[in-house]
Formats: sequence, structure tokens, C-alpha cells
Amino acid sequence: MEAVYLTFVFVLAIFLGFELISKVPSTLHTPLMSASNAISGITLIGALASLKTDSPGFAAFLGTLAVIFATINVVGGYAVTNRMLEMFKKKDQGDSK
Amino acid sequence: MNLGALGINFAYVISAALFIFGLKMLSSPATARKGNLISALGMLLAIVVTLLASGLDYKWIILGGAIGGSIGLFAAYKVEMTSMPEMVALFNGFGGISSLILAWGAYHQHPQMSPFLAAIAFVSAFIGGVTFTGSMVAFGKLSGKISQQAVVFKGQHIINGAILAGAIGSAAIFCAVPGSWVGYLFFMVILLIALAFGVTSVIPIGGADMPVVISLLNSYSGLAACAAGFVISNNILIVAGALVGASGIVLTKIMCKAMNRSLANVLFSGFGTKTATSGTSDDGPQGEIRPATAEDVYYILEAADSVAFVPGYGLAVAQAQHVVRELGDLLEENDTEVSYAIHPVAGRMPGHMNVLLAEANVPYDQLVEMDDINPRMDTVDVCVVIGANDVVNPAALDDENSPIYGMPIIETHRAKTVIVLKRSMNPGFAGIQNALFFGDNTRMYFGDAKASIQALVAEFKS
Repeated sequence: MEAVYLTFVFVLAIFLGFELISKVPSTLHTPLMSASNAISGITLIGALASLKTDSPGFAAFLGTLAVIFATINVVGGYAVTNRMLEMFKKKDQGDSK
Repeated sequence: MNLGALGINFAYVISAALFIFGLKMLSSPATARKGNLISALGMLLAIVVTLLASGLDYKWIILGGAIGGSIGLFAAYKVEMTSMPEMVALFNGFGGISSLILAWGAYHQHPQMSPFLAAIAFVSAFIGGVTFTGSMVAFGKLSGKISQQAVVFKGQHIINGAILAGAIGSAAIFCAVPGSWVGYLFFMVILLIALAFGVTSVIPIGGADMPVVISLLNSYSGLAACAAGFVISNNILIVAGALVGASGIVLTKIMCKAMNRSLANVLFSGFGTKTATSGTSDDGPQGEIRPATAEDVYYILEAADSVAFVPGYGLAVAQAQHVVRELGDLLEENDTEVSYAIHPVAGRMPGHMNVLLAEANVPYDQLVEMDDINPRMDTVDVCVVIGANDVVNPAALDDENSPIYGMPIIETHRAKTVIVLKRSMNPGFAGIQNALFFGDNTRMYFGDAKASIQALVAEFKS
């Protein structure tokens, strides 16, 4: 039953994703990519939850490695997207700089 | 489900809602920055509530978070805007590898999986592995560390097919006996195959097709996260992964449509290698070239009422975005209407040109899309093509034998005058000569794009 429920969530999220992304103008495709990249760093949640105090040594090693990569993805992804979006300005705003 | 787990899952619902809001606000440049921050807030919330769960080993978490966080921040603030495609490729790869490791860790701790769960662990590890090495190859190609050319060799499809069949065979054995040492052995085999397949599947794709590849890898990194979510039954991973997966697929579709090629054609044809040897020498368009000096171009631009810049990958290579903006400002002071016409696949990733011009402070309301400029192209006085080639090649409209026939282009040849900035007469990525260069209304202005435009700026100021 659990699997059916998760699949249900998955299918709805896919449809929602299609709807949302189709509305993004091509001007913003690069920031969109790096933002969605940052979101895909959500594996960090799984990596954190896998690091239990009773985890055996090798599992702790794998968990730490996953935390490192996922954190690069999350922190780097959001920071670089913010840096890019800061640069998008309208005409009057652009002149003031 | 106890109260703590219930609270955590409730917080995940809020996070998912914040991600969705964030993506929705990305649909306009005015709200996009706030949208990104809202999405980051959703991530922060999910991380904090996950850390509140009992029994976590914080020393490893702090260590991993500190290392990853500092690398991520350092990279994000150091990277040049022209290097954004390779940066995104690199981050995609990291997303992929963390899904692979997550699936591996979950399997290592609980080897007695049901066949269904084992199959999903396979999907997560396999897609994650392909994403990782595929992204590394894309990164190498984009940063020029390995050849941008498509690498094709005989029997490539057969080898890739064999690799894929090997992966599915190993997966079948692994799913049948995940709990035994045989299952573990085959899981290792699957990891190796996935890493190899990422290399062999991206290496035959050439540099200018990278927008499609990056979009596709972006989608993979989301789907891998999604599959990892099934393995550890965590719904926030599934929702977020599915959103990213869908986003990558939409972008891939847009990119393929903008090149009038199917995804299969991009992935398997080794485009740009075959055509380069067959087409160019004998039957390409011929004619007289009219070179122009900086002074000539200055007089043409000075007299124009409307000017449209058409940037391509050459702009990024020459880092010419700032001088182009300077020239644009000078033209505006001269009461010329300035716009920037951007082809969807110009550059090396979706929206590459827009980001570069935004970096140079070009206001986003001056950036126009291909479909908006083409209908009024006849009224444009001067089109300045900077380092673009295939996306302005009229052969895509009228030459049925051309490899790019049917691809939508920016129809610069219909403008009253076209000025093409180019380093030499070498053909572009598709390996075909461009009839635009020989047109009656075309002037060729040879040289490095940045130096050429600086010369024009100097002419305007003198």
C-alpha cells in the first residue's frame, strides 16, 4: 500500500512540474536549471536521516559522502542562482547602478 | 507513526509547497529572485526538521555539511558567468552521485529488500551513476578539458546496447537475491556499469548539442533523487525529485524543438562529424564576400534607426558581453532603437545568452525571443550577428538537403543590412557554410568579437 501511495504522490508531482515549468520564459532558463538543480539536492534529507548513531562504520562513511555532495548541490545551487537573478533588472533599475 | 514522525512529515508538506511556490515565481524576472529564496527556505525547513529527529550522529553530519557547504559557496561566488554551463553540469553530477551513494547506503544497511524495493534501488543507483559520469564528460567538453567534438567510433551503438543489456541482466540477478553476497556483488557490477555508461553515452555528443544534454542530465538528477525517495520511503524526496525531473524534460523538449531534431537524433547521431566531411567542399554556397572595416560599420550603425544584436556562443568565448552593452548604450544615446534577439539554443545551455547579457546590465525588456523578432525583421535596419552561425543560416529555411533544414532560425537575412562579426570564414558546429555571409546586404567584419566591438565603441566616442 505504501508503494501505491508514493507512486500517487510521484505522478501528481510530475504533472505539476510540467505545468509550472512550461510557464517559465526562455530568458530565465539558466537560473531555472540551477534552481531546480539545487532542489535536486533534496537527497541531502535522505543522507542526513541515514546517519544514525548506530550506523556501522561503512554506512557512516557512505552517509557522510552523500551529505558532502548533496550539500555542495544545495548550497552552491541556491547561491549561484541568487547571484544570477540579482543581475536581471528592468531598464530603470539597471541605470541606477 | 509516532508524533515526532508526524510532525516531520507535516513540515515536509510545507517544504514541498514552498518549492512549488518558488518555481512558480520563477516564471517572471521580476519575482524570480524572491522565488529562489522561498525555495531555499523550503529546503532549510526540510533540513532543520530532519535534524530534529532522534538518534542522528551529528559529528558526521557537521563534518559533511561543513565540507560540502564551503565548497558549494566557494564555487558559487567564484564562477564566471561565461562558465555557467560547466558549473551547472558539475552540480548536476554531484546530485547524481549523492543519489547513487544514498541508494548504496540504504542497501548496505538493510540488504534484505523486497524485489520491488531492490528494483528501485537499482534505478536510483543506475541513473545516479549515469548522471555523475555523464555530467563529468559534459563538464570536460564545456570547459575545453576534453575535445568538444563528437567522438564516434564503429559499433558504438552496439557497445552501448551491450552495456545496457548487461545492466538489466545484473539488475535481474540483484533483485532476485539482494540479501546474499551474490546480490551485493552484482550491485557493485551495476555501479560500475552505470559509471561507464555515463561516459559512453555522452562522449558521442558534440559541443553545440550541450543545451540538450545538460537539460537531460538535469532531469536525470531529479529522477535519481526521486527513486532514492522510494527506496527510503520519503515523500519530500519524491515530490522534489519529480519536480526537477519534469523541469529537465520540459527544457529538453524545448531545446530539441528549437533545433528541429528528435532527442534520439541528438543523442545517437554524432551530429557535426558526418556532415563536416561530406557537405562543405563542393556544393556549399559560394559568392563574393564584402569585408568591412570598423569605420564602415560605424557609419552603417550611426545611420540606423533600429539595431538588433544576435549573439551566439562566440560572444561567450570572447567575453564580449560588456562591450556589446556599451555599444548598445551609445547607439541608444544616438536615438537608435536597440534590441537583442536570442535564439533558444544559442550558447551552450538553455538561456546562456540571457544570463551573460544580464550580467552586463542589459535590461531584460530589451531581450527579445526569436518568435517575436522574426515577424518584424523586415523593418530592422541593421542586424549585428556576434559569434552566431548555424542559428542564422538561411539554408535551414530553403535548402532541403542541408543537415539543419527545418530548424527555426533568426531570419537576419531579411533585415536591411546584416553585419557579421566573425574570426574567420570557418563553418560553424554543423560543419556547413552559411549563405548569409555571401548575401548582397551582408558585410563581414572580421576579428575577435571583443576587440572588434571595442574598435566600434572607440569610433563612436571620437
